[in-house]
Amino acid sequence: MTPGGAVGQLARLLALIPWLLQRPGVSISAAAGEFGITETQLRADLGLAFFCGLPGHMPDDLIDVSLEDDRIVVTNADTIARPLRLAPDEAVALLAGLRALVDVPSPAGPDTLDRVIAKLERAAGDAADAHRHVTVAIEGSERAQEALSTALRLRRRLALRYYVPARDEVTSREVDPIRLLVVDGHSYLEAWCLLADDLRLFRLDRIETAEVLETPTEPRSTPPLRETAFDAEAAPWHVRLAVSPSAEWVVDAYPCVVVDREPEVIVELSVADLGWARQLVLRLGGALRPLDPQQLVDEVRQDAEQALARYGDD
Amino acid sequence: MAVPRTERLLNLVICLLAATRYVTKEQVRTAVPQYADCASDEAFERMFERDKDDLREMGIPLETGSNDAFFDDEIGYRIPREAYALPDIAFDAEELAVLGVAARMWQHATLAGATGRAIRKLEAAGVDVDREALSIVEPRIDAAEPAFAALWDAVQQRKPVRFDYARGGGPAAERSVEPWGLVSWHGRWYLVGHDQDRDDTRVFRLSRVHGDAVSYGSAGSVVVPAGVNINESVRMLARPAPTQTARLRVAAGRALPLRRQGSVISDDEGETLLEVPFDDVEQLASEVAGFGPAVQVVGPAAVRDAVTRRLMGVLDALTASTTGEAL
Repeated sequence: MTPGGAVGQLARLLALIPWLLQRPGVSISAAAGEFGITETQLRADLGLAFFCGLPGHMPDDLIDVSLEDDRIVVTNADTIARPLRLAPDEAVALLAGLRALVDVPSPAGPDTLDRVIAKLERAAGDAADAHRHVTVAIEGSERAQEALSTALRLRRRLALRYYVPARDEVTSREVDPIRLLVVDGHSYLEAWCLLADDLRLFRLDRIETAEVLETPTEPRSTPPLRETAFDAEAAPWHVRLAVSPSAEWVVDAYPCVVVDREPEVIVELSVADLGWARQLVLRLGGALRPLDPQQLVDEVRQDAEQALARYGDD
Repeated sequence: MAVPRTERLLNLVICLLAATRYVTKEQVRTAVPQYADCASDEAFERMFERDKDDLREMGIPLETGSNDAFFDDEIGYRIPREAYALPDIAFDAEELAVLGVAARMWQHATLAGATGRAIRKLEAAGVDVDREALSIVEPRIDAAEPAFAALWDAVQQRKPVRFDYARGGGPAAERSVEPWGLVSWHGRWYLVGHDQDRDDTRVFRLSRVHGDAVSYGSAGSVVVPAGVNINESVRMLARPAPTQTARLRVAAGRALPLRRQGSVISDDEGETLLEVPFDDVEQLASEVAGFGPAVQVVGPAAVRDAVTRRLMGVLDALTASTTGEAL
């Protein structure tokens, strides 16, 4: 909760003044950007601090703020030179984030993380007591953790055996790792895939084995950060499905556009691979009916018939 | 008016932090110029009481006491510096890089805001958080559920909450909950707490909370019982302990997720016989049906029937649609 009004402004000033004392000559725009406020608001904060200080309020007692060429220098603020302790919500958010990183393979290593957490818990004191009540569990991968950390740290190529669910097979490929991402609770390795000759995301829990090769990674420019694992707009397939009431959760769970509601719900689902849509239809046992493309309809029929044939006539 | 009030509060904080002895109320009134403008003693009293409350609410340790315990000295106030200030804290380069990762991982405004304030305080204490390092680790954690902000506040303030909750598409009903904690599991947020009407521990999915969650009662009134493991509660909900096992025949190199869940009984002629523990027949049947002809159920019969029923359902739906089009 960000308190507003005078209390909010005071809380900000008690962090801003020591922050500025640590950075003499910082620019107005950098400071405002860091504190998430407008430059006008920052100027107002500084103007206010200028009239505050020790009892007596003689010129020598007051906080001195100089603004030259939009650079800020604060002096004579010894009393509030140290920031206030962490508030409980601040300690909780920071520590919960750090704890979540335990599940993510990192070149820094788990010992580093433990040390940071221990130091912050000590510094936060009572405020840290509540941190266990907000936790984030990220699906990581114990089997590949060490190889991934090593490859990222040493910038080496990796040989992956990777399970592709849409094709239901384990593939072998070499990749140049770029970074680890966590999106929607899952960890991914973002890497340049030499098999596809393209950028790919590999979900860590689908990596069967990862082997660090001697080959160094080829230098490539780092792609922009993505916010989602799956880009529905760039998906090569938009399949049309009739959705019966018992399968309506699908509409919320996957990237769907409802194209019709009467007499039945028809959606267009974006998928990277038709195989994935086929599996979804088979799993739901008739509650989803494929309409388009015909290839999907044929594949679903063929798979269902072949699977049933294995059970004979009983 | 916010500005003069902030000025008064800042002067009060500086005055009480600078003091080495307890400062009496009258001394405060003289030392902080904005109090001098008070029209009456009563107005000053009211203002000072409210200011003290606000400072304490912010987490500023405002102490009350007297300078001499043996004489009946007037009560005074001070803020001990060691209790006020963030203690000295230092990190090495690797640790600073980890802090940098944590600084950018939250996507939700509430959490990103609180983390940002924490990081700025560390920086204000001379910690040089490395925002750029370790760009090879980019965790992003979001909280898209609208109820998140209100429930986060309720958990932080230890206040009971009321909200409308709908399970599995059913009608929403009001629930009164003592919130114990929030857990993000596979990208979804859950609230764990004591359901007051059912008098039992419950786990709520935030995406099923309808409308606003409203807290009531006083801050700090919720007490999390000792021994409660909030993580464990959600884990149990997400993955119930298996109670039975099924035998499945899996084609070579296929159905890796099932192979990971089970153990290999035998492996011959390109087929693997797996034993897979499970809890819910329909859930396992759904997973098996998705693999089509690559997986065949040997037993138990309940699982086999559930799978064939699904496969026939798929074919029936396709046939019905063809007939429909022909009409």
